[in-house]
Amino acid sequence: MSHGGHLLLLIALLPFVGALLPGLMIRAGRTVCAFSTAVPTALALIMLLILAPAVLRGEVIQAEIEWLPQLGLSASFFLDGLGLLFAGMILGVGLLITLYARFYLSAEDPMGQFYTYLLLFQGAMLGIVLSDNILLLLIFWELTSLSSFLLIGYWKHLPEGRQGARMALAVTGAGGLAMIGGMLILGNIVGSYNLTDILQAGDQIRASEWYMPALILILLGAFTKSAQFPFHFWLPHAMAAPTPVSAYLHSATMVKAGVFLMARMWPVLAGTDAWFYIVTTTGLVTMVLGALIALFKDDLKALLAFSTVSHLGLLTMLLGFGTQAAAVAAVFHIINHLTFKAALFMTAGIIDHETHTRDIKRLGGLRHLMPITFLIGTVAALSMAGIPLFNGFLSKEMMLEEASHTYWAGSEWAVPVLATLGALLSVAYSFRFAVHVFLGPVRDDYPHKPHDPPFGMWAAPALLAVLVVIIGVAPFLAEGVVTAAANAVTGADLHPHLKIWHGVTPALWMSGIAVLGGAVLLILHRPLDRAWIAAPRPEAKAIFDRLVSASVALSRGITEWSHNGAISRYLAIFTVTAVALGWIAHSGGGLSAPTRGLLPVPPVIAVGWIMLIVATFLVVARHRQRFQALTVLGIIGLSISAGFAYLSAPDLALTQISVETVTIMLLLLALHFLPKTTPAESPLGLRLRDGAIALVAGGGVGALAYAFMLRDIETISDYHIANSYEGGGGTNVVNVILVDFRGYDTYGEIIVLGIAGFLIYALMHALLDGPAARRLKNTDYAQDRSRDRHPLMMVVVTRVLMPIAIVVGLYIFLRGHNEPGGGFVAGLVIAIALLMQYMASGFAWTQERKRIEYHTMIGLGVVIAGLTGAGAWLAGMPFLTSAYTYVHLPPIEEFELATAMLFDLGVFLTVLGAVMLMLYSLSRIARFAGETVNVDPMDYDPGEQRIAEAEAER
Amino acid sequence: MEIIVASTIGVLTAGGVYLLLRLRTFPVILGLALLSYAVNVFLFASGGLAIDQSPILARYGEASYTDPLPQALVLTAIVISFGMTAVLVMVGLGAYLEADSDRIDIDPEDEDENAGKDAQA
Repeated sequence: MSHGGHLLLLIALLPFVGALLPGLMIRAGRTVCAFSTAVPTALALIMLLILAPAVLRGEVIQAEIEWLPQLGLSASFFLDGLGLLFAGMILGVGLLITLYARFYLSAEDPMGQFYTYLLLFQGAMLGIVLSDNILLLLIFWELTSLSSFLLIGYWKHLPEGRQGARMALAVTGAGGLAMIGGMLILGNIVGSYNLTDILQAGDQIRASEWYMPALILILLGAFTKSAQFPFHFWLPHAMAAPTPVSAYLHSATMVKAGVFLMARMWPVLAGTDAWFYIVTTTGLVTMVLGALIALFKDDLKALLAFSTVSHLGLLTMLLGFGTQAAAVAAVFHIINHLTFKAALFMTAGIIDHETHTRDIKRLGGLRHLMPITFLIGTVAALSMAGIPLFNGFLSKEMMLEEASHTYWAGSEWAVPVLATLGALLSVAYSFRFAVHVFLGPVRDDYPHKPHDPPFGMWAAPALLAVLVVIIGVAPFLAEGVVTAAANAVTGADLHPHLKIWHGVTPALWMSGIAVLGGAVLLILHRPLDRAWIAAPRPEAKAIFDRLVSASVALSRGITEWSHNGAISRYLAIFTVTAVALGWIAHSGGGLSAPTRGLLPVPPVIAVGWIMLIVATFLVVARHRQRFQALTVLGIIGLSISAGFAYLSAPDLALTQISVETVTIMLLLLALHFLPKTTPAESPLGLRLRDGAIALVAGGGVGALAYAFMLRDIETISDYHIANSYEGGGGTNVVNVILVDFRGYDTYGEIIVLGIAGFLIYALMHALLDGPAARRLKNTDYAQDRSRDRHPLMMVVVTRVLMPIAIVVGLYIFLRGHNEPGGGFVAGLVIAIALLMQYMASGFAWTQERKRIEYHTMIGLGVVIAGLTGAGAWLAGMPFLTSAYTYVHLPPIEEFELATAMLFDLGVFLTVLGAVMLMLYSLSRIARFAGETVNVDPMDYDPGEQRIAEAEAER
Repeated sequence: MEIIVASTIGVLTAGGVYLLLRLRTFPVILGLALLSYAVNVFLFASGGLAIDQSPILARYGEASYTDPLPQALVLTAIVISFGMTAVLVMVGLGAYLEADSDRIDIDPEDEDENAGKDAQA
């Protein structure tokens, strides 16, 4: 980090930290609130001034914090001449606006919110001009769009405010998206997202075949932000914002962000024909058109808005020229435009505040009533018109000078004439601002009797007006900043001399014509205005609104077609898309030659395969008969587990067969409450369509699987096999992977399973509290029930089986680390053993004999697994590192003790608890449905009868 | 053998997709079950097929083993898919008990009614 880097980071951070203050400080009063906004801004400005001398000497101050180095994203900032100029403007004007807004906002406006938004926006703008990483710059770029949305829409009660904010967000946001694409292309060409690296790689970028797309995308971002034709229309609508916002966003900062970006990218993008024609032409058209519309706007702020559009066009055109002198002129005009335009906006705000109208046709004669405002407004307006001794004159002369020797498509006249026309119109509307508002007779029909505002309100524009005059009279004072910024833009070592008198040059003639012509236009304003109002012209807002409603209609059409509320449609679309994508990938990439041969098929397997295929067909064909389909489903599951066993996956075979059992039980329980048949209601066409989709999907997946199996793939499993015994202490590699290598996965999975169990339990409770409970009580399920629900044979057999099943489960659990088995399978086996008791003797009977709640069991399992994992920390190892040892306990043979086994115990408990909780929840519904409760293990006890008979005999 | 496994996966997928596109909850659950079989077998097969090469380390001598990693992944997948099926069954059951219909698409009339309620609220 270079010298001063820490200060730079603080400057970038201060507005965001400061944004927390105003919302709190508003409780202490409005002045304190404004003060708390001014403090971070002022602090940042002071730090900037501390850094300024070094930057003016030509140094570049850098600061970097690594953020996401893998993505090339770091929080890196740098400050050069251009950054200094813009940061100074943002902070300086920010300070003035804070002061101005304190007096402008009325008591009803939530001031804390305003200042918070303002600081957020200020931070985002600072971020743009200080970022050294283009990804970071993009983040700040979008932040300005968002925070300006909040500021423009600050008066939430005004529909124009909301619409204007939305339009600004849509236009600048869309441009920002385009710019992201452009910036990513730039980063790819250069191989770095660092701005300083990119700025060095100008030749490489201009030579790249991706130069044009990058240029167009980045310019889209810049043009939308800086309101260039044809994206200029959002700026006037954003004028619905409070005037401090307009003065800040639309004179000094947000709209200049696009200009800033073009200046920033000037060394790498400028200098080509494409740049010249796109940027210059857009700028020129915007300048003339903006000025023309401004002349006929009666709303003071609309006039200023279009004049801003025009001046932004001027800046764009200057940057488009691509010459160093034009770049100097652009930088100088950025400063000048800031001073007079911010002052004019604040003046307009004062007039609005005092007279309660901004309509020029209702104003006039304010010179006598508001002398201070008159002075400030006139100085600023004359500067905007480009009258000598005011700063606007100087940069406009430089602009005309550059325009006078610029050829456009071989024409010597096009640019100079249009530039002069733009300047002429600019003179006309500037004069109109001064003459029609302040001069003329005092009227007696103002909506409110005006007088000069308090000092706090006119202090800020007055300061700016003083700057206008100082720079206008002694331009050499601004030379240092202009030189530093221009050098940063061009990358050259320039020594421009800013002076008032250049001799009798073409530019002076053009300027003279502009002033005279502008004055004549103003005199002719009244008839011209009538003609303008009568003339048909396209209304940008209407076009925009039509565009928006068209895209809304399109989106709605697509949404309503694809999301019609039936999940079948979503799944059909999803399946077709997935298959299509697979097809595209296949046809684009092709297939390599197979590397594996086919394995032989023994007859038993072939029979099993036929069984499975037939069963699948039966499930599909007979799915309306739900019990039949369910029974056949069991065949499929069993065939698959047999397949697993044959194909060297004993663990999978065990798991599949036990899961199959509980799944069928679960579905049977559920089917008890559901209709037993599915009505045939899909029309033939729909069934054919679904059949086609299904066949295509099945064919695709089958082909994919076949292609996959014939090719060797690179696998990490060799590591697992090699380290299973040495590192994990087990010979069953699958189990060691589950409890050791990928124990974290397993831990997550048992948690998911536990959550699923709780979810089902919670759903069951919600059901039994709702209207479903009534339905359950009132439905007669008697015809579904067996007359002997708890048959003797079954009760006896399950009782006998219980201890055996538990021993089997225990055995499977214990041997899991070395032989097929483990916590998952053991949990399922025990669960089945317990379920058999439920089936044999009923819900209530079994429930009474249950000693531990299933919820507890799930929780205990997860806790045991987690603690086992955390235990590794005690030994200074990462989470879930396992340890093992061999123990010799006579008379048992030497056996192994591994922490992994404790982890597997957690898995076992969770699986058991979750499965039992799920089935228990379903059985509770059964009980709610009016099933009788049995206290005895059997409905019919033969022993009882014998006793009764014996008693009868006696 | 590979053809057998691939065709099994294909047929299970086709059956699963067809049932998934039905309009009642129960066939959809059946379809999901078929599809989970297909997916599990597919994942398992992605390690390559092998016979008599269980990934249980032999105590003595050299032996070759099949790829254990897909097996470990599929093992948990089987258990999790049971959990998901169970949740779905419960949701389907709840929906049927509440609405007295096990259709899975929204009845247009019901929707209008709900929209009216929303507007009132």
